[in-house]
Amino acid sequence: MSELSRYSAWSIARRGLSGARWRRAWRAAEPRKSYDVVIIGGGGHGLATAYYLAANHGITNVAVLERGYLGSGNVGRNTTLVRSNYQLPGNTEFFEHSLKLWEGLSHELNYNVMLSQRGQLVLAHGPGQFDVLARKGNTMRLNGIDAELLEREDVQRLVPFLDYSSHCRFPIYGGLFQPRAGTVRHDAVAWGYARAADHLGVDLIENCEVTGFVRDGDRVTGVETSRGVINAGRTVLSVAGHSSHLTRLLNWRLPIESHLLQAFVTESIKPFLDHVISFGADLYYISQSDRGGMVFGGHIDGFNSYTQRGQLPKVQTVAECAIALMPGMSRLRVLRHWGGIQDMTPDGSPFMGRTPFRDLYLNAGWCYQGFKATPATGWCMAHTIAHEEEHPLIRHLGVDRFERGNGHDEYGLGLWTYKQ
Amino acid sequence: MLRIPCPHCGVRDYTEFRYAGDASKSRPSLEITDVKTWHDHVFLFDNPKGMHQEYWQHVQGCRQWLVLERDTSTNTVSRAWFARQGKSS
Repeated sequence: MSELSRYSAWSIARRGLSGARWRRAWRAAEPRKSYDVVIIGGGGHGLATAYYLAANHGITNVAVLERGYLGSGNVGRNTTLVRSNYQLPGNTEFFEHSLKLWEGLSHELNYNVMLSQRGQLVLAHGPGQFDVLARKGNTMRLNGIDAELLEREDVQRLVPFLDYSSHCRFPIYGGLFQPRAGTVRHDAVAWGYARAADHLGVDLIENCEVTGFVRDGDRVTGVETSRGVINAGRTVLSVAGHSSHLTRLLNWRLPIESHLLQAFVTESIKPFLDHVISFGADLYYISQSDRGGMVFGGHIDGFNSYTQRGQLPKVQTVAECAIALMPGMSRLRVLRHWGGIQDMTPDGSPFMGRTPFRDLYLNAGWCYQGFKATPATGWCMAHTIAHEEEHPLIRHLGVDRFERGNGHDEYGLGLWTYKQ
Repeated sequence: MLRIPCPHCGVRDYTEFRYAGDASKSRPSLEITDVKTWHDHVFLFDNPKGMHQEYWQHVQGCRQWLVLERDTSTNTVSRAWFARQGKSS
């Protein structure tokens, strides 16, 4: 990155005094005829993959194709949480690798992604659930990850505004706290990776929809797009909820169903909630944004959907969770709610790596845990593409794992897409 | 709100129903013991962005199993019929 385009206190002062305009953060690249690697999907994962291909492996003849504008999908629709409290072997190490990358990301990208390690508290509402959290905490600590088991009194000291009354429906029994977990400004992640990848020579091509694949037998040699045919040495699918929609063009069915997940933000209030809190009685999680809005979400709507528009009964369920946990929330007005399309898999774990098609790589099936995985996904996918072999951290995530009986069910729910 | 035209009870909110997934698949013959056949049946989905045939049970109504034809990109329901009538009645 040249001194001219680097962001620093010095560059702010210089431009502030001289009135010079800032450069565009990335070029509006025109598609070339051919690239070493073409990544379909200009979300967090696609952009991170492009960045690490260039930064870690020196592969810079890369294009990222985005149907809309960069970051218009789930990278800007999630609730911005990052954490590494997973307990299945494979998940624990992968998400911790991701959290470590988050910790250095602003410096790495020269772009402030506003990581705020405010800590995440997962609540237990009974002794059985508390034991499960203790087990998870022990797994984390054995892997060198920070985790603290909190009893009811500790939780009350940490977050006194939850419902601790005698008549509450789900009394708080205790919780598991990960101090290094927190939130990240999600749009900045897309923009930061985009800018850093662009500086290393990656072409970011917006308004470019993939409409077909160019094939030579079982090899994928390029893509047909709304802006012409682009040849590719290797092609990467990184399109989240639309994965099945693209693989249909190859007559390839995936173990994925697309479901809708809603998220919500309230009006802004003064700093109140200093941590991320996850309810234990239903899927519900909340944090307060830097702007002051309470950002929260729940579970998927529950039936296949590509609509990006949520159903109102789920709004009611989420509001009930909000008030059951934190009665003060009843005074707040919801400003906005929105939906994203989640690629739900039978075991709740993603698919990463090579595919039945030569030179085609898949990154899909993130359910609703894709955001926190962004840096590690990019890191591992870049490695996998560069070495034509899966990175050790993702070897258990092959798309064929159900054929071998190797489902990777973190939550122990059974292999059922819309229960995950 | 997604509204489902139950052939027995009329048009009702989807919250009265339980969703039960893709109805376009046919279960392989039980004689087949090949793992790949069963894997493909259980784990692979067409997952279309568009018309989707799916099972719903009217658990808070007539308790009948229905097949619904719904556009997954708009939630427009074009047809509904009793599952016992077969796939494309």
